[in-house]
Amino acid sequence: MLRLPKFSYHRPASGAEAVRIVAAHGGEARYVAGGTDLYPNMKRRVQRPGHVVALSRCQDLRGMRGEARSGVTIGAMTTLSAIEHDPRLRAEYPGFVHAASVVSTPLLRNMGTIGGNLLLDTRCNYYDQSHEWRESIDFCKKCDGSTCWVAPSSPRCWAVQSSDTVPLLCAIDASVTLLGADGERRVPLRALYRDDGIDFVQKRHEELLTALHLPATNGWRASYRKLRRRGSFDFPVLGVGACLSMDGDRVAELDVRIGGAGSWPIPAQKTVEMLRGAVLRFDDAASDELIRAAAQEAYKPTRAMDNTDLDAHWRKKMAPVFVARAIRDCLPGAPPRRDVLG
Amino acid sequence: MGADAAGSGAPIERPEGRYLHGVPDADLKVVGKPWRKIDARARVTGQTRFADDLFAPRMAYCKLLRSTQAHARIVRIDASAAEAMEGVYAVLLGKDLPITFGILPVSQDEHTLCIDKVRFVGDPVAAVAAVDEDTAWEACRKIVVEYEALPLVTDVFTAAATDPEAPHEHRIHDYGRLGNFHRQENLEFGDLAQGFGESDLVREDFFFFEGNTHLPMEEHATLATFDPDGKLCVQSSTQTPHYLHRALAKVLAEHVPAHKIRVIACPNGGGFGGKSDPFSHEIAVAMLSIRTGRPVKVTLTREEVFYTHRGRHPVLMRSRIGVSRSGRIKALDFETHLDGGAYGSYGTASTFYTGALQCVTYHVENYWFRGARYFTNKAPCGPKRGHGTPQPRFALEVQMDKLAVELGLDPVRIRKDNLVPANSLTANWMRVGTMALGRCIDQVVAGSGFLDRWQKLPHGKGVGLACSSYLSGAGLPIYWNAMPHSGVQLKLDRSGLVTVFCGSTDIGQGSNSILAYVVGEVLGLDPQDLRIVTSDTDLTPVDLGSYSSRVTLMTGNAALQAAERARDLIAPHVADKLGVPRNRIGFAKGRVFDVSDPDQGMPFADAVQLAESKLGTIGTTGSYRPPKSPARYKGGGVGPSANYSFTAAVVEVDVDPETGIYTVPRIFVAHDIGRSINPCLVMGQVEGSVYMGLGEAMMEEMSYRSDRFGVHKIPSMLDYKSPTTMEMPELITWLVGDPDPNGPFGAKEAGQGPLLPIMPAVANAVFDAVGVRVDEVPITPEKVFEGIERARKGKEPRVGPTKTPHVDWPEARKVRTPWQGGTGLEVEREQEELAAARANGGASRERRGD
Amino acid sequence: MSPREAPDRRKTLGEFRVNGERREVAYEPHRTLLEVLREDLDLTGTKHGCELGECGACTVLVDGVPVLSCLTLAQEVEGCAIETIEGMADKGELHPLQDFFAELGASQCGYCSSGFMLASKALLAQNPSPSRDEIRVALSGNLCRCTGYVKIYEAVELAAKKLRGEPCEPSRECTHGR
Ligand SMILES: Cc1cc2nc3c(=O)[nH]c(=O)nc-3n(C[C@H](O)[C@H](O)[C@H](O)COP(=O)(O)OP(=O)(O)OC[C@H]3O[C@@H](n4cnc5c(N)ncnc54)[C@H](O)[C@@H]3O)c2cc1C
Ligand code: SF4
Ligand code: FES
Ligand code: FES
Repeated sequence: MLRLPKFSYHRPASGAEAVRIVAAHGGEARYVAGGTDLYPNMKRRVQRPGHVVALSRCQDLRGMRGEARSGVTIGAMTTLSAIEHDPRLRAEYPGFVHAASVVSTPLLRNMGTIGGNLLLDTRCNYYDQSHEWRESIDFCKKCDGSTCWVAPSSPRCWAVQSSDTVPLLCAIDASVTLLGADGERRVPLRALYRDDGIDFVQKRHEELLTALHLPATNGWRASYRKLRRRGSFDFPVLGVGACLSMDGDRVAELDVRIGGAGSWPIPAQKTVEMLRGAVLRFDDAASDELIRAAAQEAYKPTRAMDNTDLDAHWRKKMAPVFVARAIRDCLPGAPPRRDVLG
Repeated sequence: MGADAAGSGAPIERPEGRYLHGVPDADLKVVGKPWRKIDARARVTGQTRFADDLFAPRMAYCKLLRSTQAHARIVRIDASAAEAMEGVYAVLLGKDLPITFGILPVSQDEHTLCIDKVRFVGDPVAAVAAVDEDTAWEACRKIVVEYEALPLVTDVFTAAATDPEAPHEHRIHDYGRLGNFHRQENLEFGDLAQGFGESDLVREDFFFFEGNTHLPMEEHATLATFDPDGKLCVQSSTQTPHYLHRALAKVLAEHVPAHKIRVIACPNGGGFGGKSDPFSHEIAVAMLSIRTGRPVKVTLTREEVFYTHRGRHPVLMRSRIGVSRSGRIKALDFETHLDGGAYGSYGTASTFYTGALQCVTYHVENYWFRGARYFTNKAPCGPKRGHGTPQPRFALEVQMDKLAVELGLDPVRIRKDNLVPANSLTANWMRVGTMALGRCIDQVVAGSGFLDRWQKLPHGKGVGLACSSYLSGAGLPIYWNAMPHSGVQLKLDRSGLVTVFCGSTDIGQGSNSILAYVVGEVLGLDPQDLRIVTSDTDLTPVDLGSYSSRVTLMTGNAALQAAERARDLIAPHVADKLGVPRNRIGFAKGRVFDVSDPDQGMPFADAVQLAESKLGTIGTTGSYRPPKSPARYKGGGVGPSANYSFTAAVVEVDVDPETGIYTVPRIFVAHDIGRSINPCLVMGQVEGSVYMGLGEAMMEEMSYRSDRFGVHKIPSMLDYKSPTTMEMPELITWLVGDPDPNGPFGAKEAGQGPLLPIMPAVANAVFDAVGVRVDEVPITPEKVFEGIERARKGKEPRVGPTKTPHVDWPEARKVRTPWQGGTGLEVEREQEELAAARANGGASRERRGD
Repeated sequence: MSPREAPDRRKTLGEFRVNGERREVAYEPHRTLLEVLREDLDLTGTKHGCELGECGACTVLVDGVPVLSCLTLAQEVEGCAIETIEGMADKGELHPLQDFFAELGASQCGYCSSGFMLASKALLAQNPSPSRDEIRVALSGNLCRCTGYVKIYEAVELAAKKLRGEPCEPSRECTHGR
């Protein structure tokens, strides 16, 4: 049986107390929310905190406030299941709920939190392995070693951004509150992530993510398209979040983020630029052609590497297809998403 | 007549038809009914104790240190730091157990722990027993192993190219044929030149079937207890307690004699063939228990289960087939290349199996089979559900589809026209008995509306048909002997309790229940009232194990014999007491009575007491050995069976042409089961087989980083993809067939055959949907997409291999077919035999199997 | 405590409410609920196939919610109502789910069954008449290698009927094929 390494366990009653504990222990300490990312990593010995600080008793990290017209705030400890089954979120933020509902499995969603999902460790199939396995490859740069086996000549780590909600939440321009040793700050998610497999969040170690803020729903529509092998369990190996607002038939604003294909949610800059101001209608051949042409530009920035499930070249080729589909989903008249694959 | 006399002395083999297949359904009380499994309550209340559920006082935990290198010489091992750790009871190294073992007598090539070299990442090198698993794990980390790397071989082409002159350690093993060839087989049945000469169309195709693994939900575990009286008890998640017993007796010969070793197979949390070899961890804990005087348990992690493997061989194939204009198969030249991994395991048998059943579905006039198995530095392959036959079945069924299209026939017609006749011999001397494949095809074709939909659905949607056959148990045991394959003992108690003792192992398929149904039927008892004691080498007579779909047929027939003997012991005394003729005694509903006046009789318990007072203690035995096979040539020992099951399947696919991603909405399957002993359990086996076949077709694969250290790429439940509820399609099942004279009450196997047609049916459906041939398993979206792209670019819309390695095949062993007037022997030996017969008046030579 | 101090190896004394019973256990603080159930409480009906959240065999109910015991720290659920397979039958009387899993052979080797039945129980508590698709989704975090899920769906549907007080005979298709 795979077991956890030994550690000291702390169960503070508030976010502020949790921050104090982590600040005191520095790199030796880590927060745990649902533990569905941290504990597997600890069992595989890729994360070995001597102190684990549980957020489960912090009532201040729970609950939902606000309303769609002005924006909704969700406590970091809200489980993905709670989000999936919340009637108001389902009605007003269907894209977000869909993204949350295609994470892992129902059982894991009962445990995993939105905070943990936003700070999910990057993944790589040279890294998500037991200690013994990694010993066979002499470890890698992200943990205990010095070479990146995905790109041995590259100076960086290419581990993959693998949270399902992140691309969508970046596309809709959500933000989070971080509580640090010296106070709170609010950070747009678009500014939180870095293109680096090891150092992938711009936050200080002790900073606690206390809440997620969804923007007001003023006419935009969003969609998430996930590529994975099976309709359950699997992490995205490509996950496209798109958010579109229209001015009549014209694209007023568009944002597209590509997840699961690089170390951060990659902005599909060119695609967005090509479609800004374009006339788009649902189920219209000319619009589809425009979208397809623009989506083709998503091919280049996609950094699919040979460190996830499914073939890297194919995943890269799928990026334009998924980008186009995600954009089309956002057009007025498009049917709501129900599928679990693609 | 005493009980003992009745319980022995009869010949092991009984003539065909002695297994009650002729009893009409209406006369059966237990057989044919969807009874609950006798251990169902234990399984649904969490009370079934699997191996890892066992705990013992003073128990130590074992962890294995495994090789981090794929192919290396062990230069030095230093375990002193581990031995010195607090809480460590013992450390075992390779030199402590120098005797080799292996499942087949011809490949005793494994050490419990590697001594001088390691052959794949995960090869066990040391074993630690400690106070808890954490300590054992830490101790493993303190064992220093120094390796010197050797050349890495991870595919059949590299293996084939190994320089036979190179230093011997460049070979993974120093037995087998030259270089890294383990086996090379060449068998020719009939006249190939003539067959191809008579053909109107000859096709040559290449296929590849990637390896995959069993992935039982239960990780292997073993508890060994060496007691103060010098007896060793090993309780393990094994499908083959008898073979494990043999391996333990061999390796531990200096420490404990065979008769003091007891092996108990725990209920298995799934096996599928993956728990059929004796394993290092089982022997290591036994030795650690001897060393420490404590019970020692080992439980593998999921990653270690991937290294233990023994799963489906990756097989590269070339098939050249010649047919007449109307699609009749004239000649088949079939070549297989098995990537065996690091050890022999069942590989010799696997190699023959890749050539054994081609002729059992369709009549092949002339057949040529060549098979090579290679050693590579990967986890060893072995038997998985369908053992060696799904790979060639995939090739042949896809090739049939290609032939149909090329000849302008439909896939139904070409198959039905070629069906092997019932009660016939095939080109390679397999004896086919009852055969309802035609009816299976009719069912799925009608049920799915195949002919109205094939080639008529909109682009992206498709249907595919494929067929298969499988054996109900291997005709020969793994080591040559003349003893029964299966034995059953009955003990009849004065309370009316009948205890059934049998060495078989229930791995979830319900084999314990089969014993109860068969005995219950004959003795007129409620199966739930019997006590079934199985898989304990101290208590139960040998059954060879839960593999090759042999258990229902063989233990069923043995149980039938034992039960009939018990009935024959009791009936005369009841008859005397009732004053009626002996042939009027019936057994039903827990009573023994006069069939013409059922009120005249007595409870079963009274009947037992009556018999016991006349005869003494009542017990009987039954045994079974499959009928002698007409395939007497060397290699003909693999493939024969008492009977064969047949399956046909239609698969629907829905392909997204823009991505290559496809789903499977529905599968139609019809299975020739002969007669079901319990239709509900048969349904479960069929459904489970289809599920596993679908996983193989769509996603399951053992992949390695051949360029990077030869590590297994994804040894986890998350990354080795097993279909979830979201992938499992709607499944429509028919059970068909007529009782087969060789099966107990007419039964055939159900647990493996229905897996086989799924992979080719998916491939054929994908072709129907988007015109792309994926001649490889798994059929992944990337491959479908690649085919679509090729079509778009005007290239051949096919994805798959285009060559096989070069092999200097040994000279073919030529065997004349039955219709050429052959004898089942190689031509060469036919002559020898003739000469010998002339010389000494007739005694034919002993048949040999491999 | 200083950051460099070695992790606490001493056992903690905890009280668990398992299947309606209070049980006191001294256990090491890094142990998961799976380990404590199986190794300290001898409730071995909870199984494990990966210990990483990848199979669902270890599913138990915590306050009625199905979770994975292999990724749940035991300390975290002290005081919660924990239900394992051993608590599903009522004084020897099988729960309808158990009854139909047994009846149809939805439990072949049975290794995955406790996880499936507990996940199904939670589903039926929330949704007494789930459609087949709803059952599929609710059970999509549990893997079974034996059954192909077909009999499992049927068993859950029949149990739901029984719990609703409706007639619940297995269909002939299910037990004999078409
Ligand atoms: C088999 C399996 C499949 C999965 N599939 C998917 C998938 O398809 N898609 C997907 O997105 N995820 C998947 N996951 C990952 C995971 O379950 C989810 O991302 C989940 O939401 C993580 O949340 P958690 O609360 O469990 O995180 P935890 O494991 O508790 O934490 C994750 C990380 O975030 C840190 N952290 C957590 N909360 C905070 C906070 N409030 N402030 C600061 N730091 C914090 C932790 O220290 C840790 O480093 C899968 C996991 C498994 C085991
Ligand atoms: S991308 Fe490279 S450095 Fe990063 S985890 Fe993978 S192998 Fe290691
Ligand atoms: S043991 Fe596999 S999910 Fe917990
Ligand atoms: S019944 Fe064996 S894994 Fe489900």
